[in-house]
Amino acid sequence: MGALNTIGVIRLDALLEKQYDIMDVSLLAGKIMLENGAETYRVEDTMMRIALSYGIEESHSFVTPTGIMFSIETDEPTKTKLIRISKRTTDLYKVSAVNAISRRISAGELTVSEAYKELKAIQRAPMFFSFLVQIAAAASTSGCFVILLKGSWDNMIPAMLSGALAYFLLLKVADIVPTMFFSEFIAALAGGAAAYVLFRLGLGSDLDRIIVGTLIPLVPGLLITNAVRDLMAGHFLSGLAKGAEALLTALAIGTGIAVVMTFI
Amino acid sequence: MTVLTNMFFSFVAAASFGIMFNVPKSLLFKCGTVGMAGWMVYYFLSEHSIDSLPATIAASFTIALIGHVYARVYKTPVIIFTIAGIIPLVPGGTAYRAMRSFVQNDYNAGINLAAKAFMISGSIALGLILSDVFYQLILRKKAPAEKKQA
Repeated sequence: MGALNTIGVIRLDALLEKQYDIMDVSLLAGKIMLENGAETYRVEDTMMRIALSYGIEESHSFVTPTGIMFSIETDEPTKTKLIRISKRTTDLYKVSAVNAISRRISAGELTVSEAYKELKAIQRAPMFFSFLVQIAAAASTSGCFVILLKGSWDNMIPAMLSGALAYFLLLKVADIVPTMFFSEFIAALAGGAAAYVLFRLGLGSDLDRIIVGTLIPLVPGLLITNAVRDLMAGHFLSGLAKGAEALLTALAIGTGIAVVMTFI
Repeated sequence: MTVLTNMFFSFVAAASFGIMFNVPKSLLFKCGTVGMAGWMVYYFLSEHSIDSLPATIAASFTIALIGHVYARVYKTPVIIFTIAGIIPLVPGGTAYRAMRSFVQNDYNAGINLAAKAFMISGSIALGLILSDVFYQLILRKKAPAEKKQA
């Protein structure tokens, strides 16, 4: 009798552990996606898909830009977990990698522990493009914009230089001062000042276009896109939050450049 | 020649933005083509003296539509393509001129320009939304039983 009970308890333990493991995999996938710039509805969808592929018919996820709640319904009492998201960056490689893992899970190619290991590896992966390459990309974006805005060729070089400086500061200041929007402000301020100095030194002929080119890498394009997509998918909370973040980012950039213009 | 220059620079601009967002290497080229297609739509429409609002809507519609097709073909989230694509359309110049007017105490011009920048941003969003709706309608017509994946 005692032995039978023990077996029952062990079985139940194993089952519970498996369910918690499935929750962990779903939550980890959701966390990586949300932290790296995926849309809210995609995060919810992916988490529920993963749970479903591992045999959990009914699960609910509630995702906001700052936290994820996830609960699963089984024969046991409902289990719910909450994780807090505090840092958000943009790394679309990780979003698409998790998406690929989720597809493989749906196809039944990965066990729970394999999936967890692969997700952990994705979470730890460094940025594919090095810091320098990203700065160079920012410079190239700035330079291209001068031409797209019908500027002349001689404005390209100063826009590239000040654009690179602005983006460098955007990334670096955020590490030193964690205050939101401060790095955007400093980046716009320094970028605008650099553009003005280069213009005065005789590089370039059109200060306005140089400054616009400089600021383009700072534009919160991801936030704008995701805010719209979230709102349209019915995620009003996330959509409004991201819209507010985009608006405040734009205001921070505007303030930074306004300070420069007051002195010109 | 100007057309070629515009094509080249919009391609490079969108691909560079992809690098800044760490888009997988194999998809960078596609990001560039999406950005180029969107910008060329905008460019041709505004060259034929069509107002910037409808031109922006048409361009962002094109971007999201190509993005959806790419997302389905390459099995990746659609945002990878749309983010890089819409960047050339962002009203950076108008927003900057609005800010400059405010700083120079020319509030009338500032509010005009700010409203214009706001409307252009709204047009980008509207184009993306229309494209989503359009794509879903086509998808439903084409394969009613198939579950939505991308």
